[in-house]
Amino acid sequence: MLALVLAHLVLAAALPLVARRSTRAAFGVAAVLPAVTLVWGLVNLPAVLGGGLSETVAWAPSLHLELAFRLDALGLVMIVLVGGLGALILAYSAWYFGRDSRDAPRSAALLLAFAGAMLGLVLADDLLTLYVFWELTSIASFLLVGQGGLHRANRRAAVQALLVTVFGGLSMLLGLVFLGESAGTYRISEIVADPPSGGVVTAALILILLGALTKSAQFPFHPWLPAAMAAPTPVSAYLHAASMVKAGIVLVARLSPGFADRAGWWIPIVVLGLVTMLIGGWRAQQETDLKRLLAFGTVSQLGFLMVLFGAGGRIGEIAALTMLLAHGLFKAPLFMVVGIVDKITGTRDVTKLSGLGRAQPALVVVSVLAAASMAGVPLLLGFLGKEAAFEAFLHTGGVRGWLVGLGLLVGSVLTVGYSVRFLWGAFATKPGARPVDAQRPAAGLTIPTWIAAVAGLALGTVPPAADALAQRYAAAYPATDPVESGYHLAIWHGLSLPLAFSAIALAGGFLLHAQRERVQAVHAALHSPLSAQRGYEKVVAGLERLAVLVTGRVQAGSLPVYLVVLLLTVLAVPGTALLVGGQWPAGQALIGSPMQIPLAVVVVVAALALLRAHRRFTAVLLVGAVGYAIGGLFVVDGAPDLALAQFLVETLSLVAFVFVLRRLPAHFDNPDAPRPRRSVQVRKGIVAVAAGVFVAVAAVVLSGARQEPPSVSRDLVALAPETGADNVIAAILVDFRALDTVGEITVLLIAATGTASLALATRFDRKQPEGKRSGSGTPDHEEEVRG
Amino acid sequence: MNTINLGMAVVLAVLYSVGFYLLLQRSLMRILIGIVVLGHGANLMLQLAGGPPARAPILGTAPPELFADPLPQALALTAIVITFAMTTYLLALGYRSWVLVGHDEVQDDVEDRRIAERERPEGSMADDTAATGTDDEEDPGSAAASAEPAGTGVAQ
Repeated sequence: MLALVLAHLVLAAALPLVARRSTRAAFGVAAVLPAVTLVWGLVNLPAVLGGGLSETVAWAPSLHLELAFRLDALGLVMIVLVGGLGALILAYSAWYFGRDSRDAPRSAALLLAFAGAMLGLVLADDLLTLYVFWELTSIASFLLVGQGGLHRANRRAAVQALLVTVFGGLSMLLGLVFLGESAGTYRISEIVADPPSGGVVTAALILILLGALTKSAQFPFHPWLPAAMAAPTPVSAYLHAASMVKAGIVLVARLSPGFADRAGWWIPIVVLGLVTMLIGGWRAQQETDLKRLLAFGTVSQLGFLMVLFGAGGRIGEIAALTMLLAHGLFKAPLFMVVGIVDKITGTRDVTKLSGLGRAQPALVVVSVLAAASMAGVPLLLGFLGKEAAFEAFLHTGGVRGWLVGLGLLVGSVLTVGYSVRFLWGAFATKPGARPVDAQRPAAGLTIPTWIAAVAGLALGTVPPAADALAQRYAAAYPATDPVESGYHLAIWHGLSLPLAFSAIALAGGFLLHAQRERVQAVHAALHSPLSAQRGYEKVVAGLERLAVLVTGRVQAGSLPVYLVVLLLTVLAVPGTALLVGGQWPAGQALIGSPMQIPLAVVVVVAALALLRAHRRFTAVLLVGAVGYAIGGLFVVDGAPDLALAQFLVETLSLVAFVFVLRRLPAHFDNPDAPRPRRSVQVRKGIVAVAAGVFVAVAAVVLSGARQEPPSVSRDLVALAPETGADNVIAAILVDFRALDTVGEITVLLIAATGTASLALATRFDRKQPEGKRSGSGTPDHEEEVRG
Repeated sequence: MNTINLGMAVVLAVLYSVGFYLLLQRSLMRILIGIVVLGHGANLMLQLAGGPPARAPILGTAPPELFADPLPQALALTAIVITFAMTTYLLALGYRSWVLVGHDEVQDDVEDRRIAERERPEGSMADDTAATGTDDEEDPGSAAASAEPAGTGVAQ
């Protein structure tokens, strides 16, 4: 199975080469692999009915990471959608996209890559494998909806789809890890067979649900799906009707056998699913764009599927699997019909389309086939599923059963309503509207549509075919009574309550359509400022404002501000620790040696004078004085080597300073520049003094903590004669810690190289004519940056 | 036992305060001098951590019990040299900056300033997110958009 998935991705990578010759050929080549997948799935049908096929590839065994795949009844149904409908839609795309369309080559490759990722997702039997493919489909969706990014509508829809689904995906990843860790395995079939429990598992399930609800466009995350209709119609048909949006459903379907009895699992699914079904169905009543009408229909149907898969129960799951298959088989051809209508008339607007039915009777027939399945008309697959769904909830009864059953009835009335509205909108002759001109659709467009629609009819008239798979999937739920164990999909169950519900749904839907003017009025009256789309926009805008606010505050762009923050942090954290835990050493000496006094005075006076120095040269001389006085302190302390180094370095530094100072202005401050404000300087001074005092106090307290001279120093003195040196410092530098000295020399070399190259660069510039300067910090550039 | 005496603690406090203060200034040369002063303070502290004044650790001049701790001295010596290396490099850098930019002031980052002052940046995601404003361009999801390159017209 991994080979099949990889084949998709590899061929997708090679597809642009074909597309360069002919985009139509590219779509044709791309359609082959999904078709092969379908055949492979159907060949394995006996094995699936016998229990399923498994395949495991160790990926990183030491980390217990493996790619586990499993083909079961659910997987096979999804293969019909991903592979079968995928092949049809890719073939359809070959005629849908124009030969010169710039979007076609990348769409072909991306659609095939998506098919591979989706195949991996539906076959995955490992939580992490599933997650990887899950996110791959999100990315494919982003790229396919975004297209070339030329249109604002595309960008907006793509970003919305990505943000919403990836937000859900990331929470889901967390949930998957929780679940996998508490179960001790990431293998889905093992988790479901022996589901773990506990608080962590409940949290995990809710996090996982976030992923499933966002991916399958459930309330309140649904607006991304209608927005994604900015993608070309074949993309919408494949990703946003037939396959990708079912990913969340598949995840729920995979886990439900283990968790359907947990309140934390089924309550959110059933409630949100019902709400989604009703909202989607209601919104579809007033859409005038046929594609968006179908999109809201998809939202509604996804809610329906969520309810069925989340609720559990044997009959319910039979209904769920049947509806899953039925939805793909009626929604994909309906989208393809919209594409054809759009292609031959140039519009998808209900108010502009008129008289198309008379001109294109064949198109009407195929649309009626698909829409009737959606509405649940007998002899079609949708009817079998809906009948079973009503039976599932009415049979269990009780408050929950009746509430959900009635909710589904209302949802079904709405479904019939927008099914009729779709047919009316696309084909009816409307009074007052001019009949549209239409060309004959290409056979390449109509044939795939017919195949998909007829498949729904064929499976609907021969219930045992779908029944076998549905029974296999529902076998995970033990039958509680003879009615459940004896339930099979059938066209005729006798006069029963579900049949009455189906009839009410059909009648109600037609009534709803007949009263469409009133429905519109109610819709207008109910219009509320609270919309999920608005909520999404608010969240995104708010996040961005927050980011700007934080960046503006944290990243002030001023080095002094950053330094002050650093110093204040030093004062706040180690400073507090010092105040709390530090102990002022007893027997503190005032001065170590009388000779320290004059030298200390020189250091202090010179350092303080530095603050008042306005001439650069004065400052350099003062800093030199500080350095020499410290050298003196070293002598007093008994460190002649240090003193020697200090004098040498101080002298060299002075020389270097003088070299540079001869070129710089005499004063620090540019006389034209505004003088820094006094209050700012005072504040800087306070921070600096506080930090300086902290360092001194820390030095006293920390050095006071020492009880004895370090033994290593005694050892160094004792061992020094063996190095042949009289001076212990020399012995340390060139022998005991010679490696440090090598490091020190390296630092010197690097600094010398840097200094030399900077000096040479300046000399090089000076040789250039017209003051042309290297580097990007020139005044011109600076001006450019400042705007 | 051997703590830094009060007098030297005051010297350290002054050196560090002056160093920090200069570091907070805008002139690159002042900052550089601040770093040098901080370096002096750090080297002095390293040495002082070894203990009170004592005899130089040179064998044969005094009994080893009277020696000052040699280890901090060796570390301080390394530090002095590295401070020097850094000073010259920064000096060259400051000089280069003066040659190129014409002054040795440390400027605020212009881009950061903009972000701090502006409510939100240009081309923000929210612009693309809000469904406000009419898109008078053709519907990108339509068949017309897929059939021909954008802008050339209608379905065949």
